[in-house]
Amino acid sequence: MEKRVVFRSAWLPYVLVAPQLAITVVFFFWPAGQAVWYSFQLQDAFGLSSQFVGLENFKFLFRDPHYLQSFKTTAVFSVAVAGSGIAISLLLATMADRVIRGALVYKTILIWPYAVAAAVAGVLWAFLFAPSIGIVTYVLKGFGIDWNWIINGNQAMLLIVIASVWKQISYNFLFFLAGLQSIPKSLLEAAAIDGAGPARRFWTIVIPLLSPVTFFLLVVNIVYAFFETFGVIDATTQGGPAQATQILVYKVYHDGVKSADIGGSSAQSVILMIIVIALTAIQFRFIERKVQY
Amino acid sequence: MVEKRPLLDVVSHAILIIGALLIAFPLYVTFVASTLSFEEIMSVPMPLLPGDRFLENYTQVLTAGTTTGSHAAVLDMLFNSTVMALAVPLGKITISILSSFAIVYFRFPLRNFFFWMIFVTLMLPVEVRIIPTFKVMADLGLLNTYAGLTLPLIASATATFLFRQFFMTIPDELAEAARMDGAGPMRFFWDVVVPLSKTTMAALFVIQFIYGWNQYLWPLLITSEESMYTVVIGIKRMIVGGDAANEWNLVMATAMLAMLPPALVVLLMQKWFVKGLVETEK
Repeated sequence: MEKRVVFRSAWLPYVLVAPQLAITVVFFFWPAGQAVWYSFQLQDAFGLSSQFVGLENFKFLFRDPHYLQSFKTTAVFSVAVAGSGIAISLLLATMADRVIRGALVYKTILIWPYAVAAAVAGVLWAFLFAPSIGIVTYVLKGFGIDWNWIINGNQAMLLIVIASVWKQISYNFLFFLAGLQSIPKSLLEAAAIDGAGPARRFWTIVIPLLSPVTFFLLVVNIVYAFFETFGVIDATTQGGPAQATQILVYKVYHDGVKSADIGGSSAQSVILMIIVIALTAIQFRFIERKVQY
Repeated sequence: MVEKRPLLDVVSHAILIIGALLIAFPLYVTFVASTLSFEEIMSVPMPLLPGDRFLENYTQVLTAGTTTGSHAAVLDMLFNSTVMALAVPLGKITISILSSFAIVYFRFPLRNFFFWMIFVTLMLPVEVRIIPTFKVMADLGLLNTYAGLTLPLIASATATFLFRQFFMTIPDELAEAARMDGAGPMRFFWDVVVPLSKTTMAALFVIQFIYGWNQYLWPLLITSEESMYTVVIGIKRMIVGGDAANEWNLVMATAMLAMLPPALVVLLMQKWFVKGLVETEK
């Protein structure tokens, strides 16, 4: 894509891109370069001296059972968040696409959690599930379920999954609704005339036609679970109990800021960067395909 | 509607109502909790109808925070959040529209290189470069400043893409006519490009307002003084220990105040919000 008509100036374009580039270099490239640099260094406890240790930090990480556990935790967490978030949103969007009466009311109620900060979402759900005073805890106790996410790792995981999914449903819902509304009605009508019921139409027409949107949302939700849920976790479990909810991003923060392990934290940052680059590449490859679709 | 299926309509409404109730339930409990006294909220189960402490609780947090946790006044935090929520979108729109104008309407050495530099920032979210970015901010003396809170967040590859994509749809005839009439590039920018981009700007503004307001990790890293807390950070600082030790009624009043502005933006500007969301993520 190129413009046929362009303006000429030897200096103006540079002035126009300068602010964006200055911020990009100072706050993105410089720190990212430093992260790579630190990841090859070992610092003493006071940060006074450091020495080049090559890949030692990385080798150490992959021998560290806590780090490997954090990978597993992140995998479980992101699969749970992306999977249940997408399934619930698809169900709600399909229903919202069917109904006529009250559609705007449903839509309005379903989209507002997008506006809630991750940390605030965490606080709300932590309050509902608070071990001694939470209203949901009280109801669960009535069913004989002993709920205490502060000491039970699985319950802590469930709590952050619920809070994260609750916040993300609106986003998925809007994309699915847009996707559903762009499916040609003539296709569905033709199938109905041929005798296909609603369930049959859903599985053989709607689901295949929605697959690009679903795939896009899968990538977005995994990125969301990997990075943007930091606020949910920091406001509720803080990675605990016993690291049961310590996802990779939280571990970078914990090791770097709270334990001041610069080298180890930077090596983790570099690994995360590689993951982000892979996810972005997948996303862009897919978008090229979607354009042709 | 393809055909009439009364039973399926009932099921659809039932599922939507259950979904809406589950989504809205935390909001309702938060509101109720924010109107209760400390004693009421500590009783198990807590009342599920609003109490009479609405004014007391909100006045207390707005002016003096909590008594056991952070004492910072929420009013100041709301001000800081507003600064972030306005400065981030305005800064982002400004630098992105300028750089994409240069990239689309000029041919100059390093043009593609600059474009790729901006593109790569997509792959470097704050979360992956926590420690080094903090060091850079400290070296530049930007800790606990508004510039530190906002500047690093205004670089944006998505906004630049969005403007670039939009500029490609502006007919070449407009630029040609402007050039023939002797208008320079900046004249063309102000009189043609900016007015045409208003829709794109509005959509971006709504999305970025929410993004700026809801920032968490970034202000957590670079603000240590109470006077610089944003409201989202402030809530976190009010939670001091075990769940019975917190003044949940005050925490929940603060949570309501933290949710209200972005929620209003989403509800009142729904059209721009949906447009911004669907387009910026393409």
